Amino acid sequence: MATKIIKRKELGFWDRTYLPAVGLGLWITSRHFFRNMAVHALHLFGFAKNLRGAETYQYPEEQRPLSKRTRTRHRLTKREDGSPRCVACMMCETVCPARCINIVAKENPDPNIEKMPASFDLDLGMCVYCGYCVEVCPEDAIRMDTRILDIAAYSREGMKLDMQKLLNP
Amino acid sequence: MFTEFLIKAGLALFILGNALNFAGLLTWVERKQSAVMQDRIGANRARIEFGSKWLSPVNWILGPLNALGIFHALADAIKMFAKEDFMPRGADRFLHTLAPAISVVFALAAFAVVPFGDVWHVGGRLVNLQVSGLNAGILFVFAMMSLGVYGVILAGFSSNNNYALLGGMRAASQMLSYEITMGLAVMGVVLCAGTLDLQGIVRSQSALWGFATQPLAFLLFMTAALAETKRVPFDLPEGESEIIGYFVEYSGMKFGMFFLTDLVETVLVACLVTTFFFGGWQVPYLLPDGFHFPWGAAVALPHTAVIVLGVTAFFLKVICFNWLFMAIRWTLPRFRYDQLMDLGWKILFPASLVNTIVTSVIVVMKG
Repeated sequence: MATKIIKRKELGFWDRTYLPAVGLGLWITSRHFFRNMAVHALHLFGFAKNLRGAETYQYPEEQRPLSKRTRTRHRLTKREDGSPRCVACMMCETVCPARCINIVAKENPDPNIEKMPASFDLDLGMCVYCGYCVEVCPEDAIRMDTRILDIAAYSREGMKLDMQKLLNP
Repeated sequence: MFTEFLIKAGLALFILGNALNFAGLLTWVERKQSAVMQDRIGANRARIEFGSKWLSPVNWILGPLNALGIFHALADAIKMFAKEDFMPRGADRFLHTLAPAISVVFALAAFAVVPFGDVWHVGGRLVNLQVSGLNAGILFVFAMMSLGVYGVILAGFSSNNNYALLGGMRAASQMLSYEITMGLAVMGVVLCAGTLDLQGIVRSQSALWGFATQPLAFLLFMTAALAETKRVPFDLPEGESEIIGYFVEYSGMKFGMFFLTDLVETVLVACLVTTFFFGGWQVPYLLPDGFHFPWGAAVALPHTAVIVLGVTAFFLKVICFNWLFMAIRWTLPRFRYDQLMDLGWKILFPASLVNTIVTSVIVVMKG
């Protein structure tokens, strides 16, 4: 096996005084400082709104822009008459790796459609947001595009969504 | 006699108030400056707002201060006072309480000889804008800074904690090593000025500021003085984030006093660097009767205006140096202990010796 010997670089005189490195570091940080201060000052007078003085998003007041394909909280889509599009085929329940979907099917009164869900329960506490349920759905009945990210509850029960909540996010 | 006393008390209050204000504000500056340097916004959630309607003008004034997050310093202080004051079992009660007081008192006492203005003729009196016009001011400053070591080592010693003791010893060795360099570096300035009086040193810089005549001494003094303040890159004694330092066993306002000492020392070092190397209260081209520019223009100014300009210039320079020290603190990583000692004893100490010898030779040659 070929061995590659890496020669350790000896520190020169200036390296050992630390001065050039310190100067370079100060130059970089001061550049950031003065650039950001200038941008903040311009913002104060209403100029240069397209520049950002800081990378921070002040979260609860200011939401970070989300990508179009970000997977967020689920919703069930509706037909024109307001009934769920879901036909209770159990595809999503089957594919779900976290087993967080639980569907109980019943007969659909419409003769053209076979089934519909009697209940559609989704446990967000278990969901891994993989999006398989959306991909697998043949009826485009479940989507993950509500843009709701701040999901929190005081109990495990609170994390469970029933069909009502899924239909009206 | 009584008026003299009142004047001195007023000067002392002025410089003490300024030092403590600067130190308090530095906690805010530290947060905000580091944030701006790192493309962040920084702490801005501590806010004071009044609910009642007829206090809304006050709210209007507080608004910008709230947005700047300036009340975080106040929130810090409240937190420090409200926290439990923990005393470890087996600790020396007396020394454990005394140590932070020693630290902060000696750091503040050193401000007594810092001249922040020229002699002010007011109401037929000569007021020297310096709390104590000691003719050996430099020795006083170094004495006070050396005594600060006691606070550190007592904190480590009285805590009944091996790690605190080790931290205290690290701190003491670091401070003693760098004090030698600091003293020797300033000797260059003393040789140039021919006096140990700080006011005299400032006066001697009327034509050329100290950093131009003593550039090496400036660098050495600043490095050593930064090491004295025990902040990053020389924060081995404290190691807030990972190494255990001498104030492990301190909490509440006692810890706050150590924290304050660092900031007071930063202000002190800024004052000293200004005094020794950046002309103290000297303003470029400003003579006691007004501006005299080299291209011939002259602006006559009344005496009081000159004094006020001088004091403003002094504090502006101090602010600039505080900015620089904060920038250094948020730029550089921490030294290793062997690097620290190597730097102190193998680079800074010989360099300061050479600087002193060369300066004395030049001073003697010039006669």
